[in-house]
Amino acid sequence: MPDPQPASVYDLDHKAEVENLATFAVLVDNEPGVLHRLVGLFAARGYNIESLTVAETDRNAHTSRVTIVTRGTPHVLGQIEAQLEKMVSTRHVQDVTRDPNGLERELALVKVKSLGAERVEALRVADIFRARVIDTTHESFVFEITGAPNKIDKFAELMRPLGLVELSRTGVLSITRGADAL
Amino acid sequence: MHQAPQRAFFIALKASLKKATAMTAHQTITAPEAADTEMMSGAEIVVRSLLDQGVEVLFGYPGGAVLPIYDALFAEPRLRHILVRHEQGATHAAEGYARSTGKPGVVLVTSGPGATNAVTGIVDALMDSIPLVVITGQVATHLIGTDAFQECDTIGITRSITKHNYLVKNVDDLPRIMHEAFHIATSGRPGPVVIDIPKDVQFGKAAYQGPQAVTHAHDYRPQVKGDAGRIAEAVTLIAQSRRPILYTGGGVINAGPRASALLREFAELTGAPVTSTLMGLGAFPAADPKWLGMLGMHGSYEANHAMHDCDVMVALGARFDDRVTGRLDAFAPTSRKIHVDIDASSIGKNVRCDVGIVGDAASVLEDMIAAWKAMRLSVDKTALAEWWKQIEVWRARDCFAYTPDSKLIKPQQAVERLYHHAKDKDVYITTEVGQHQMWAAQYFRFEDPNRWMTSGGLGTMGYGLPAAVGVQIAHPDSLVIDIAGDASVQMTMQEMATAIQYDLPIKIFILNNEWMGMVRQWQQLLHGERYSHSYSESLPDFVKMAEAFGAVGLRAEHPGELDDKIAEMISVRRPVLFDCRVTKEENCFPMIPSGKAHNEMILAQEARDLGSIIDDAGKRLV
Repeated sequence: MPDPQPASVYDLDHKAEVENLATFAVLVDNEPGVLHRLVGLFAARGYNIESLTVAETDRNAHTSRVTIVTRGTPHVLGQIEAQLEKMVSTRHVQDVTRDPNGLERELALVKVKSLGAERVEALRVADIFRARVIDTTHESFVFEITGAPNKIDKFAELMRPLGLVELSRTGVLSITRGADAL
Repeated sequence: MHQAPQRAFFIALKASLKKATAMTAHQTITAPEAADTEMMSGAEIVVRSLLDQGVEVLFGYPGGAVLPIYDALFAEPRLRHILVRHEQGATHAAEGYARSTGKPGVVLVTSGPGATNAVTGIVDALMDSIPLVVITGQVATHLIGTDAFQECDTIGITRSITKHNYLVKNVDDLPRIMHEAFHIATSGRPGPVVIDIPKDVQFGKAAYQGPQAVTHAHDYRPQVKGDAGRIAEAVTLIAQSRRPILYTGGGVINAGPRASALLREFAELTGAPVTSTLMGLGAFPAADPKWLGMLGMHGSYEANHAMHDCDVMVALGARFDDRVTGRLDAFAPTSRKIHVDIDASSIGKNVRCDVGIVGDAASVLEDMIAAWKAMRLSVDKTALAEWWKQIEVWRARDCFAYTPDSKLIKPQQAVERLYHHAKDKDVYITTEVGQHQMWAAQYFRFEDPNRWMTSGGLGTMGYGLPAAVGVQIAHPDSLVIDIAGDASVQMTMQEMATAIQYDLPIKIFILNNEWMGMVRQWQQLLHGERYSHSYSESLPDFVKMAEAFGAVGLRAEHPGELDDKIAEMISVRRPVLFDCRVTKEENCFPMIPSGKAHNEMILAQEARDLGSIIDDAGKRLV
C-alpha cells in the first residue's frame, strides 16, 4: 500500500529548455591550479564541458589559452561567460560561437583496421577528407585529420563500418579571422 | 597588561639567544618606512606585509606549520594577536571585525586541521562578500604530497570557497602574494583570500618589497564606475515610474558609509520607499518613514507587497537570493528592473533585469544623483502619493504584531525589550542562525551601516558568538550583543574563553526555546508535525556554564523580570550569557510560504493551516 502522506520531496524538476553548444576562448594566468579552478567552477555550478584544450601560449606573459566547448541555454551561457570573467586568474573571455569571425578547428588521429575492399575504401574516403596517412601496416592505417568538429564527426562516422578501432581527438581550438588578437 | 614584566623577560631572553643562534635573529622587524630591498625570512615578510597593509589585529591559533610566523609575531607590539579556541571561531571573529570596521579581517592558522576547521568561516565570508585574508601554514614543500603529518590539500579544498587562493612555493613570491591578496580581498566584490605557506618558505630568505613596490601577477581591475548611458537610462525610468521601490543589499554596506549616505540622499530625491535584504540592514535608517523593513521570506508585509506591485525596482548591491524573491515566475511581475552590482555575474543570474549596471554602489549612486539633477528629473507627485497611500494600507496590517503572554516571555517581546534598552547606546548586533535571527532582523531597528553582523548566505549556526568577539575587539567600548538561539550558541560556545581572556564584555542573549526553532517550525508546517531530532534533550545550564567560563550568567523566565535583567546585562562590564527562557512553540511570521509569491505572504493570525497552503512543488523549494 502506498504511503498516503509522503514524507519529504526535495528532488527538483528539470525544465526542458533549448540548449546550444558554445565555444569559449579564455586567456588565463598560467599558474599552478588554474585549470582546476576553471574546471571546478564548471563542476560546482553544474555546467557541462564537451571538450577542453589548454596549453601555455605566451611564456613571457605567463598566459595559457583555454578553449572550452560547453552546452547550455542562452541564460546559462551568459552566466558561464560572466563566471569565467570573474575568476581572478582570467585575463580575457571570448564567446567564439557568437563571433561571426570565429574559427574552430580540431585534430583527430583515427586508427582503421581492415583488409581488401574496405581498406581501399578507407583510403579513398581519407583522400576526400584530406586526411593524411601517418602510419600503416598490412592491415591498418592511422589517419591524421584536422577540421571543424563536425567534419571529424562525419569522417569517424564514415570510417566506422570500414574498421575504425580507435579515435583520439584534441578538442576544439579557436581563433578569430582578421588582424585583431584576443 | 599584567603580562608586561614577563614580556620584558622574554625580550631580554631572546636578545641573549640572538648571539647564540641564527634562528631567532629575525625578531627585530624593521619599521615600514625602512628600505624596501631588505632580506628577511618568509615569516618576517608575512608580519611586515601585515604591518604595511595597516593590519592591527589578527585572529589565530598556532600549530606546527605556522610556528615560524608565530615566532616572528612574538613580542611584535604593533600586531595584536587574538588567540581563539577553534579555527572556525577565528574566521567568524575576523568576519565580525571586518563587517563592523570596513577593514579586512586577518586569520592565521596552521596546516591540516587548522585549515579545515577554518573552512566554514571562509565559505561564510565568500557568500556574504566579507574581505578576509586567511594565512594557513603548510608542511614543507618537499613533504607536500607525501601524506605528511597535518598535511592537507588546503589549496584544493579552498579553491571553490575563496575569491582567490595561493600556495607559496618560492619565498621570493611572498611579498607580492601578500600584498596582492589584500588587494583582491578588499576590492571589487570583497571576499576571502587564502595564502598557504609551507614551513620551509617561512624559514627561507628573500628581499622584501612594500605594497607599492610589488608587481601584481594578476590583471585584477574590478569595474567601479558604472556606465553613464545606462545610468541615464536608469534615472529616466525611475522618474517615469508611478510605483518605484529601492531594494538594497549588503553591497551598499560593503561600498562604505558614503554609499549609505548617498542612498539616503537618493531616496529623498525620488521619494521612493526603501526595503533591504537581511545583509543590507542599517544602510537606510529604520526611523525614516520611507523605510519598509526587510523583505523576503520573513520580511515585512508592506515591503513584500510593495515589491510585488512596484513598476520600477532599483536593486542596489543585492543579488535576488531565493530567500528574497519567493516564487520567481511571480516575482514583481509588473516591474521594470534596474540592477546595480559590482559583480557582473550577479546581474541577470536569478532574475532578468532591464537595465544592468556594473559598478560600486557608492560610485553609481553618486552618478545617479548627479544625472538626476543634471537632467532636471522629477517624480510624478500624484502617482507617488497614491503609491504611498497603498503602502500605508499594507503597513496598517501591523505584520509584526504578536500576542504577549502574562506568564511566559515571547521571543519577539524579548528582542523588542532588548532593543528598547540598547537603542540609545553605541550598539552592535550579531546573530546566530534560525528563528532568533529573523526576530532580531524584524524587531531590532538599525539606523546606521556596519552595526548588524549576521550569516546571511551560508546561514552558519555558531557565527554570532565569535563574530561578537571580533566586533568587540574592534570596538572595545561599545555594547556588542549576540542575539542567539540555544542550539546555535552551542556550536561555538568555546569562544567564551576567548572573550574572558581578552576581557571582552560581549553579551550573549540566548532566546532559549529548547528547540532548533526554525527546523521545528518547518517540520510543523511542511512535514506533518513529525519533529525528527530537532528537540534539545539535554541543554546545559547556561548560567552555570557562564560561571564555569568566568563570565556572568543571567536568566529571565517571566515577562516581569525581563527589563531588569536586560538592564543588568547591559550595565555589567563583563561577558554575559543571558538565558532568556521564551515560549517554546512560537513560529516566525509573517512568512512567504515556499513556492508562493510576495503578495501571498501570510501573517501570524492566518497561519493556522500553513501546511495546506504550501503545495508539493513548494515543499521541494525550501
